[in-house]
Amino acid sequence: MSAEMVKQETRQRMAQTDTTKPLVEIKNLKKYFPVTEGIVIQKKVADVKAIDDISFKILKGETLGLVGESGCGKTTTGRCILQLERPTSGQIIYDGTDMDTVDRRELNKLRQRIQVIFQDPYSSLNPRMKIGQIISEPMRVHGIEPDPATRNKRVNELLSVCGLSPKMADRYPHEMSGGQRQRIGIARALSLNPEFIVCDEAVSALDVSIQAQVINLLEDLRDEFDLTYLFIAHDLSVVRHLCHRVAVMYLGKLVELAECDELFDNPLNPYTQALLGSVPIPDPEIERQREHRVIQGEVPSPMNPPSGCVFHPRCPKAVDNCKEEIPGLREIKPGHWVACTEV
Amino acid sequence: MKGVSSLGERISPINRRRLDNFRANRRGYWSLWIFLFLFLISLLAEFLANDKPIFIQYDGHFFFPILVSYPETIFGGDFETEAEYSDPEVQNLIGKKGWSIWPLIPYSYDTVIWDLPTPAPSPPTTQNWLGTDDQGRDVVARLIYGFRISILFGLLLTLLSSVIGVATGAWQGYFGGWTDLIFQRFIEIWGSMPQLFILIILAGLFVPSFWFLLGILLLFSWIGLVGVVRAEFLRGRNFTYVLAARALGVSNTKIIFKHILPNAMVATITFLPFILSGSITSLTALDFLGLGLPPGSASLGELLNQGKANLHAPWLGISTFLILAAMLSLLIFIGEGVRDAFDPRKTFRT
Repeated sequence: MSAEMVKQETRQRMAQTDTTKPLVEIKNLKKYFPVTEGIVIQKKVADVKAIDDISFKILKGETLGLVGESGCGKTTTGRCILQLERPTSGQIIYDGTDMDTVDRRELNKLRQRIQVIFQDPYSSLNPRMKIGQIISEPMRVHGIEPDPATRNKRVNELLSVCGLSPKMADRYPHEMSGGQRQRIGIARALSLNPEFIVCDEAVSALDVSIQAQVINLLEDLRDEFDLTYLFIAHDLSVVRHLCHRVAVMYLGKLVELAECDELFDNPLNPYTQALLGSVPIPDPEIERQREHRVIQGEVPSPMNPPSGCVFHPRCPKAVDNCKEEIPGLREIKPGHWVACTEV
Repeated sequence: MKGVSSLGERISPINRRRLDNFRANRRGYWSLWIFLFLFLISLLAEFLANDKPIFIQYDGHFFFPILVSYPETIFGGDFETEAEYSDPEVQNLIGKKGWSIWPLIPYSYDTVIWDLPTPAPSPPTTQNWLGTDDQGRDVVARLIYGFRISILFGLLLTLLSSVIGVATGAWQGYFGGWTDLIFQRFIEIWGSMPQLFILIILAGLFVPSFWFLLGILLLFSWIGLVGVVRAEFLRGRNFTYVLAARALGVSNTKIIFKHILPNAMVATITFLPFILSGSITSLTALDFLGLGLPPGSASLGELLNQGKANLHAPWLGISTFLILAAMLSLLIFIGEGVRDAFDPRKTFRT
């Protein structure tokens, strides 16, 4: 199967499905990790609320950015969608099917359509397998291209699609640079012709010049294969460059969700404002004159989150009410959702 | 980067380095060759120490008594049963119309020598190089067969216990959680049982055979590897490439064997020679206590016991001790060599 054919096939699939329908819908997703005490009789002491009741949709063909500080639940959200973690409650609906209710065989079919690119290109490739084996493994597992010759051909195509030489199929991961490895990770994700890819901090581990290459590659692939991305990142400039819509998370909760430019130009939630304000501007003149409002304090423990709005202890605009009322996500402007009672 | 060797491209650089490291350890390297040589010789024990000739030419025909059983009548004798080649009568019959080639040591492990110059156990002579035991059986022949059965027993026990140990360790470590917790407690209880007494009780209840002994020693020997393999799997189950494989839909079995097990192999291989020597020691100990292999079989432990019972016949105890000591030392030296060869800190030293 050539790259051209793959493209056509994806196009056909695209044409059949309604593009306004969400590809992935997350409803009231919660993921609590229990903290237990005792060895034989385990007593639940508390919960780490990694994800606490979030809902959002990802439309077909769009790239949704998911940003937030370390430990805010971005990665856990991605893992729940990939079914690497079982959600505590809530639904993940992928193209009309609730992923919690499907059996093993159907889940395996869904797994062909959902793929992942991990953060660390050094640990995400098995050091004992050759590149060719790594890329062809998904095809072997799912019985796509059972013929070794055509499979090898496809491996070579995937390598060249990702800007690598087909000669690399015979190499081991340790013989390659970080950027090359991340491309291998991308090639592996593409090997099953997925329609949805979770990019879990896919460029964070790379240096800036390589980041740009990989981001451009992701962009090209998105256009070529009509991919939908969930782009989990903490680098805001990367998110702005790549994403259509951006969701901001704080302590397991979704605090703001808007079109990319709208969010960056007109952030409404105080947390988003502070997050954007923390990005340095590469112009010393402006940077010096800028009013710095660094968020005070530490992120509270997700084991014992603050009452009311979880951001209130650090929020510059907090009022008394914030300690009590849990803000829900409200649509302030069309397509711009904010969770803050004071907006 | 690629190692150039007789194995060509199949050998990866890291294995190449391991092989070089193993070779650099002269003691381990030579121990391996000596051990392999002795093992090979003991595998051919039937042709080295036997009470039947290797080859007979009689009346223009060829006979291979070790491989085929011939009645005495073929050689002009009176009995329909298999010829007793060590009988001077039979030797005479064959000598008349042909000739025969005998093994270097013309006794098998269970050949009782009736015409000893002194009462058994008789001291070393030109016929019996290391004397005979208390039932008039040649010590050299018994040592050769005893060495073979010890090694074979040890190898089988090592193989089986590592298969079981690796499988349980992998299963526990990979699934973790309750599976791990419950099984780990079971292993703690199982491992703290007084093994020797249980073995003695079992050996007293049933007539021990080779396979039965293998089974009861296996009951406890598999535990040794579980801990190491389990630890490797607990570490490996959260490797990003394992998560990636799971997200790709690779089956658990495949992830266990293909993605994590290779990481656990180094620990396992390092352990193997030591498990082997441990298995041999436990077989010898059981034999020494009289609870091991059935009476009459060639066993080093039984010979040691005879040496203890017949202190006036030091050739029994000393020769067995030397063979055992040599065998276990060789295995330990090989084990050390293997361990050093797989040591990652050593691997990357220049």
